[in-house]
Amino acid sequence: MEFSFTDEQKMIQDTAQSFLAELSTSNAIRSAMNTEQGFDNDTWQKICSQMYWQATHIPEEYGGMGLGYVELAIMLEKMGQHLLCSPFLSTVCFGANALIVAGSEEQKQQYLSQICEYGLTATLAYTSSNGIWDAEAVQAVVKPQGDGYLLSGTYRYVLDGHTADTLIVAARSEKTQGDDGISLFIVEANTSGIKRTWLPTMDQTRKQAEIVFNEVELKATALMGEYQRAWPALKQIIDLATIAIAAEQVGGAQKVLDLSVEYTKERVQFGRSVASFQAVKHQAADMMMRTEVARSAIYYAACVAQEVLSNCVSLSELSEAASVAKAYCSDSYFKNAGDAIQLHGGVGFTWEYDVHLYFKRAKSSEVLLGNSAFHRERVAKLLLD
Amino acid sequence: MKLSFSSEDEKFRAEIAQWLSDNLVGEFEQLKFRGGPGDEHMFPEERKKWEQKLAQGGWTCVGWPTEYGGRGCSIEQQVIFNEEYARAGAPGRMGHIGEGLTGPTLIAFGSEEQKQKYLPGIIAGNDLWCQGYSEPGAGSDLANVSTKAHFDQEKGKWIITGQKVWTSLAHESDYIFVLARTDPDSKAHKGLGFFLVKMDQPNIDVRGIKQITGTCEFNEVFFDEAQCDAQDIVGEPGNGWAIAMGLLGFERGVSTLGQQMQFQNELNQIITAAKANGSHQDPVIRQRIADAHIGLKIMRYNSMRMLSGGGNNGELRQEALIYKLFWASWHRDLGELAMDVLKAEAEILESAPYNLTRMQSMYLFVRSDTIYGGTNEIQRNIIAERGLGMPKEQRLIKNS
Ligand SMILES: Cc1cc2nc3c(=O)[nH]c(=O)nc-3n(C[C@H](O)[C@H](O)[C@H](O)COP(=O)(O)OP(=O)(O)OC[C@H]3O[C@@H](n4cnc5c(N)ncnc54)[C@H](O)[C@@H]3O)c2cc1C
Repeated sequence: MEFSFTDEQKMIQDTAQSFLAELSTSNAIRSAMNTEQGFDNDTWQKICSQMYWQATHIPEEYGGMGLGYVELAIMLEKMGQHLLCSPFLSTVCFGANALIVAGSEEQKQQYLSQICEYGLTATLAYTSSNGIWDAEAVQAVVKPQGDGYLLSGTYRYVLDGHTADTLIVAARSEKTQGDDGISLFIVEANTSGIKRTWLPTMDQTRKQAEIVFNEVELKATALMGEYQRAWPALKQIIDLATIAIAAEQVGGAQKVLDLSVEYTKERVQFGRSVASFQAVKHQAADMMMRTEVARSAIYYAACVAQEVLSNCVSLSELSEAASVAKAYCSDSYFKNAGDAIQLHGGVGFTWEYDVHLYFKRAKSSEVLLGNSAFHRERVAKLLLD
Repeated sequence: MKLSFSSEDEKFRAEIAQWLSDNLVGEFEQLKFRGGPGDEHMFPEERKKWEQKLAQGGWTCVGWPTEYGGRGCSIEQQVIFNEEYARAGAPGRMGHIGEGLTGPTLIAFGSEEQKQKYLPGIIAGNDLWCQGYSEPGAGSDLANVSTKAHFDQEKGKWIITGQKVWTSLAHESDYIFVLARTDPDSKAHKGLGFFLVKMDQPNIDVRGIKQITGTCEFNEVFFDEAQCDAQDIVGEPGNGWAIAMGLLGFERGVSTLGQQMQFQNELNQIITAAKANGSHQDPVIRQRIADAHIGLKIMRYNSMRMLSGGGNNGELRQEALIYKLFWASWHRDLGELAMDVLKAEAEILESAPYNLTRMQSMYLFVRSDTIYGGTNEIQRNIIAERGLGMPKEQRLIKNS
């Protein structure tokens, strides 16, 4: 048992910090978020070709760096802290994870190496408009046709769905429900019959899309894993992505704490810095407490994720660790971001200061893949039913 | 970072588990799951015997270095020891102040003579210690202690006069460590001394204080020219504050893991109760039970982080700074959850006149977790000042 960073991991953290401090400035965030695409092509290229971050945990045989989930979590925490606008989460934590977990050897060879090589973008589409994040979310319908399949349905809340090069989609066979009858496919986003529409969101730093499949014909080779039996794999992909989001949330929770401490130290009222008021100090102390325990939760969850990817621990442990992390980190980030607005006073309510960007990201990432109540109920099921 | 234990550590786990299952039997059977928070006044004699039993097996002071009679266990092994101890339902430790506070303090700051004199009694489970810090005028403001100590040249002894309060288990203890003023004209952190004092002497008077639970776990301790030997001051006169603070650092050590396993036992009890009375189907209770479980898991990860890696030059790391505030608040909430799960039955006593059920004791006792060892408010001051570099609280200096 060892629960602290290796020197190499510390180096990754420092590198990510300095790279993102330079790259993801307030100006950069604001110009990216004002586009429909939601990220800057040069930035993405820098990440992929200079830093090679997209290849972090992809196995070496597919051109990746073969590092672990802890290394990935370290980077994600920094991306959350710097509010990086990029298709990293969708491509690596949804797309690449889907391929790693469910892809056939050929699919891995083809797609993972393109992600590593030049930053091919990908995302996962499984949610319909019912606002659910588990198996019932899958409402698109698939049936066999000839050698291949025919898929119809509407996906909503798909991260970077309007820009991704490649889509991994979940669909279910007719008259199935729950965990049954779910299949996964990989398909080029420009396949005919697929209509993709950007959904403008309150959090402008992360883009979502609606994707409509209108009787789209899929080749037999598009199938990932076993037909109608993909839920366990999909669940694992979602759990892995959930941990990734939680890692970003910790970075955000830290950042709004830092902004608040910095601001209240400088701001003078009643002849003293407002940071000297105990009511302010205590609020900041609570923010730090939440941030630190949230950080402990994601490092642990990342360790579990790593052990799952190396086939060491059971999947139920992964689900639990993911829910523990996501429930706690969602609440912590949101509370911290709300407190940060309060501690900034009037300027916290302006468009000019960055606090609102974090406040909005806190909410959107809380919702994404299930809010804290959803994850607590998942834990409750493990404990009580 | 890795989560699994080495095969050597797993062997160690099997060894302690086996020892506990072989020895926590017969007269000790009744001690299972007793003596924890809120239950500390129960079975003192039997639990003292249990301490000695543990000692015979070599299972006291497992984390102390072997040169001082400890077992020299690694952090991992101490984690395992505490896990298995709580899993077996072994009773709350009577010796935890000596093992967790006095011993490490003497090992770090004590003279060779003090180590020789006091460590063996702690290891053997014979000598129980209590903590004489708080006074009527010195609670959160610990540096305000006014108990005095002066050196009597003729007798060759330190003479101590004053009053301590809230002293846990003083009535069961053989020794007390006392923070007292060696320089009568000094103020605040300066001019203090740290003394090792035998309880069994005519000049010390212990009076129990009845607690919220109706039982007496803590006491007032009056010193009326009480004595200790010239060699029983740790460090130099005037340097007591540094020792006292060093000791508080040990409070956040490995013992927290044992405490967590007790928390786990309490949570398990709550879950069992919820399933038995159907409140496990109440969506609000479900959320709160899950929340408690999540908090406890994270508490464990956080202390693993605290214990890993070591080498932090004496400065508390961020995750250690927030730990007391987190667990104390978590535990307080758990008490409320216990009562809410039990619904109307929560009110009904075990028996008259005021015998509480285990859950009721726990529920009442947890209100102290956010007070002793630095209140939540003091924790927040410390976090803000040391962790975030925010301005320090001002102390008012009275001009007299
Ligand atoms: C069950 C129990 C066991 C104990 N066992 C021991 C023991 O074995 N040995 C021992 O020495 N002591 C022991 N104590 C004492 C304990 O350490 C003190 O109670 C504690 O330090 C608080 O001091 P106080 O009770 O005087 O409260 P006070 O310091 O008077 O505090 C009263 C209130 O004021 C707040 N407050 C005080 N100062 C500040 C500030 N600067 N900023 C903001 N708020 C402030 C506090 O948070 C609290 O809410 C025990 C206490 C309990 C409850």
